[in-house]
Amino acid sequence: MRDFSYLRATSADEARQAALQAGAALLAGGTTLLDLAKCGVVEPETVIDITHLSGLGGITVDESGATIGALARMGDVADHRDIRAAFPAVAESLSLAASAQLRNMATIGGNLLQRTRCPYFRDPGAFPACNKRNPGSGCSAIGGVTRNHAVLGTSDACIASNPGDLAVALVAFDAVVDLGTRKVAVDDFFLTPGDTPDRETVLQRGEMIVGIGIPASAAARHSTYLKVRDRQSYEFAAASAAVGIEFESDGRTVRDIRVALGGVATKPWRARAVEQALTGKILDAESVEKASRLAMEGAVSHGGNRYKIELAPRVVTRAILKMAQNIGVFA
Amino acid sequence: MTIMEPRKHGDASDGMVGGRQTRFEGQLKVTGAATYALEYPVDGLAHAVLVQSTIPAGRVVSIDASKALAAPGVLMVLTPDDDLGLTVATDWYGNRPENQPYIPLPREVRFNGEAIAAVVAESREQADEAARLIRVSYEEAPHVASLDDPKAGEGMVMDNLSSAWGDAEAAFAAAPVQIEAEYSTPREYHTAMEPHGLTVKWDGDQLTVWEPSQWSHGMARTYAEWFGIPYENVRLISPFIGGGFGSKGAVLAYGAVAAFAARKLGRPVRLAVTRPQNFTSYGGRAATRQTIKLGATEDGVLQAIVHRGASETSTYAVWPEQTGAATPILYKVENFSSQHRVVPVNTVTPGALRGPGKNPSAYGIESAIEELAYKLGMDPLEIRLKNYADRDYQSGKPWSTRRLREALTEGAEAFGWSKRSHAPRSMRDGKTLIGWGISCGTFPVIQAPSEAMIRILGNGRVEVVSGAIDMGQGTYTILAQTAAEVFGVPVSQVDVKLGDSRLPGSAIAGGSMLAGSILGAVHKAATAARDELIGLALSDANSPLRDTGANTLAFSDGRIGVQRGEGPSLTLPELMAALGRDELETRRNTLPDGATAQEHHQAWTTMAKVQGPTMGEYSMHSWCAHFAEVRVDEDFGTVRVSRMVSAFDCGRLYNPRLVESQWRGGIIMGIGQALLEEGLVDQRNARTINNNVGDYLVPTNSDIPDIQVISVGVPDYNASALGGKGVGEVGIVGVAPAIANAVFHATGKRVRDLPITLEKLI
Repeated sequence: MRDFSYLRATSADEARQAALQAGAALLAGGTTLLDLAKCGVVEPETVIDITHLSGLGGITVDESGATIGALARMGDVADHRDIRAAFPAVAESLSLAASAQLRNMATIGGNLLQRTRCPYFRDPGAFPACNKRNPGSGCSAIGGVTRNHAVLGTSDACIASNPGDLAVALVAFDAVVDLGTRKVAVDDFFLTPGDTPDRETVLQRGEMIVGIGIPASAAARHSTYLKVRDRQSYEFAAASAAVGIEFESDGRTVRDIRVALGGVATKPWRARAVEQALTGKILDAESVEKASRLAMEGAVSHGGNRYKIELAPRVVTRAILKMAQNIGVFA
Repeated sequence: MTIMEPRKHGDASDGMVGGRQTRFEGQLKVTGAATYALEYPVDGLAHAVLVQSTIPAGRVVSIDASKALAAPGVLMVLTPDDDLGLTVATDWYGNRPENQPYIPLPREVRFNGEAIAAVVAESREQADEAARLIRVSYEEAPHVASLDDPKAGEGMVMDNLSSAWGDAEAAFAAAPVQIEAEYSTPREYHTAMEPHGLTVKWDGDQLTVWEPSQWSHGMARTYAEWFGIPYENVRLISPFIGGGFGSKGAVLAYGAVAAFAARKLGRPVRLAVTRPQNFTSYGGRAATRQTIKLGATEDGVLQAIVHRGASETSTYAVWPEQTGAATPILYKVENFSSQHRVVPVNTVTPGALRGPGKNPSAYGIESAIEELAYKLGMDPLEIRLKNYADRDYQSGKPWSTRRLREALTEGAEAFGWSKRSHAPRSMRDGKTLIGWGISCGTFPVIQAPSEAMIRILGNGRVEVVSGAIDMGQGTYTILAQTAAEVFGVPVSQVDVKLGDSRLPGSAIAGGSMLAGSILGAVHKAATAARDELIGLALSDANSPLRDTGANTLAFSDGRIGVQRGEGPSLTLPELMAALGRDELETRRNTLPDGATAQEHHQAWTTMAKVQGPTMGEYSMHSWCAHFAEVRVDEDFGTVRVSRMVSAFDCGRLYNPRLVESQWRGGIIMGIGQALLEEGLVDQRNARTINNNVGDYLVPTNSDIPDIQVISVGVPDYNASALGGKGVGEVGIVGVAPAIANAVFHATGKRVRDLPITLEKLI
């Protein structure tokens, strides 16, 4: 690891100002930064510690929604009673992420900015080609071992999947990333790789996540996060789904349904085609199964990840049916 | 190293051989007081970091170290240009080529991830950063990435691993019921909690090495031979090991690099092998492939087994992962043929990983026998009992002890096997398919001599001293129990010193041979010390026991006195005081009487005196039967093991608590092998790309169900002096096929290549 200078920021403005320099990196929980520094993927010249900033660790929930400070720990949000009541999918996505030790360290802001687990991205010594690390150098993953790579939102330049769980739940419920000076919808915050896989979010140099806001909704209140993987714990999703449903007053017709996917796409993936297919409908197993397949529109396999195209719709189906059963509209 | 007093609980019999004494060194470990190799405080340390190749085959043309040498804190860069002046050491069996140089940082690259350079700096971080600045120019050569690489070819037959009797092909051809299937297992890794590495220090031509070791004497010998110094000049210290599983029984290239750097710099050096480097600094279990043909009568009597297997090895050494190891001894069969090949590929030479050979071998035969059972419509338990081997058909010898029948029947009873419904996919809970499977497992009894010293101190404490090691399996504890029993004292009165090559010789902690070997030596030394004490107590003028007229004395409840308590009795310190002795020391070994000094050295530092399972009158093995229940999500293909019952015949158990822990540990590793573990090799450059514990998956606590273990063994005094057979290796053998069989029962899908990941079931 290269030597770096360390700055303990005393205000958000100071942190932003310092972050304007080339080679600066913000440090919160450190679970991503330290990991990537050890791999040689990031080599910050200045590390700006923002963990001492006040007012960024709060979690408040009211009738309009939730506001979560960027420095709130994953574990604290996962266990927060009001988050669990108003946004079960959010709490579950966090409980099912990482390990207890990491959840105790990692912050919400850092969680949104976690980098891909693509093994080619993480091994610069053996795989110099990586458009994400080194724009224009090529993609080592294409033609390699791709079991955990994305099938949605990929480009010829990059097929790395976004590893997040929380962001999947957030994108389903129209959450907003608060950058202090501006607010950006989570769906717009993350970018697909296109020709510039090094640009993963709209965050500009000198900007910092200060919090997230999640608007309250009936769909969010009746939501779940389903994560499928070979290992029961501490593994990234083979495929996951955040689902929330609101029914009309008849208790049967779908008024609002939210579906987002994880583990299969280059960014947290809102499956609007599935939502549109089911809005205004009365759910039954067959229609849900059919609609869930729409989640894979445009999916491209690269060999080892082919199974995700089959698996992900099944995860969506199960999550929708589970919610419908929980709400009691569907036996 | 003295072990602190253990926590006391339970009754006094816990401290005797066969008692459930808790881990002697447990408190040191859970409080963080146990010091591991990379933690030894040594003044003036420099830190070394390895640089590994990023190509699979070829040649290092040049290394540009100028930037690294200019980086802050850098003391030295070693490359293939440096002549380290080392000599090839004796191999495990005692053979040594004449004056052949040993080159730990070779110019010829034979696999991706081979150490080709090293950087030494004032701090670990400085060395690490400088290592990144090394620029290597290669001349690449064509490579063979894996066993599945079309360029790999068929490899070469290992004649010594081939076995045949009867006419297997003809009997198979004539059999009315036949199955034929191919099974494969991937590269698997030890993934010990403690990564490899060492701290090393020279004082003149005296070398001290702190390195986690499954074999302190053998590893010390290698260092001595590499550097051309007397064996006595090397001290290898390894009191605690954070898991070995077969990976820490031999010194490796990085050890030579660190020791050379320390000598050249004239200061101690620490080298920590990073977690990714652990995947290629030594070999894991080789990938295997095997075809099995079984022929049987309509009523399920085996007629023939034809087995053809292969494992990958490196391009520079032969390490067979013997797919035919369990195949010949599990069932009664009159016609048998097995052949094993090794196929060179561009990998680090594979190594021993828990249950070597027997493990993939059992996966093959125990999957195949279950496939035959389903083809016959027969209960998998019944087919195993019906073809029960009444003797060892391979060696022709009788079993020493084989309570596999009891393991099968008692395991089945505990599991509730009789409630099974035969048809695949016939047991479900909503979307969850439930399946049950069985497998047998086995591991040979391997014997080797050992040596031990007993020291009785004036204060009555008893010391057990041996260079044997404890990597978590319980050596400290069972040695204390053995001494406590012989002297009739509580284990709290016993100290155990282990893990130092200067201490008395010992067998390797590998092949499940250590406990049987070292307890024999400790028991012999302790009994000799007790006899000497009795002799003194009955003859010394100052002994209160001299005039009792007794011809022997009893040691019990911490007192020494006349048998049946008639007459005076003393405590050990009282007796030592009466005799005017500060110390009484006895050293014994289990070599034949009259063994020469050369034979002693050979016994502790090579495998030359190791005896296989059929070298005597009997065929001797540990046995087990695993019963697995799995729950498979029918939409997602995810498999969770929901219940395991495993019954073992490992002879007498020296400490059932620790044995059960070892069995469960083996079963947990087996669950990982069945469902999760696989080294993913990029065919383009033969690199293992999931070379970290975030991507190479081993089970978490949530993946492990309740595991019930049962002992059905009886003492086997042919196997060892105190009647035990090996326990460490056998636990994993058969776990993967039991789970694969349960997955078939649940889903109707037979997965013949491990691990059983979800995409193979959806």
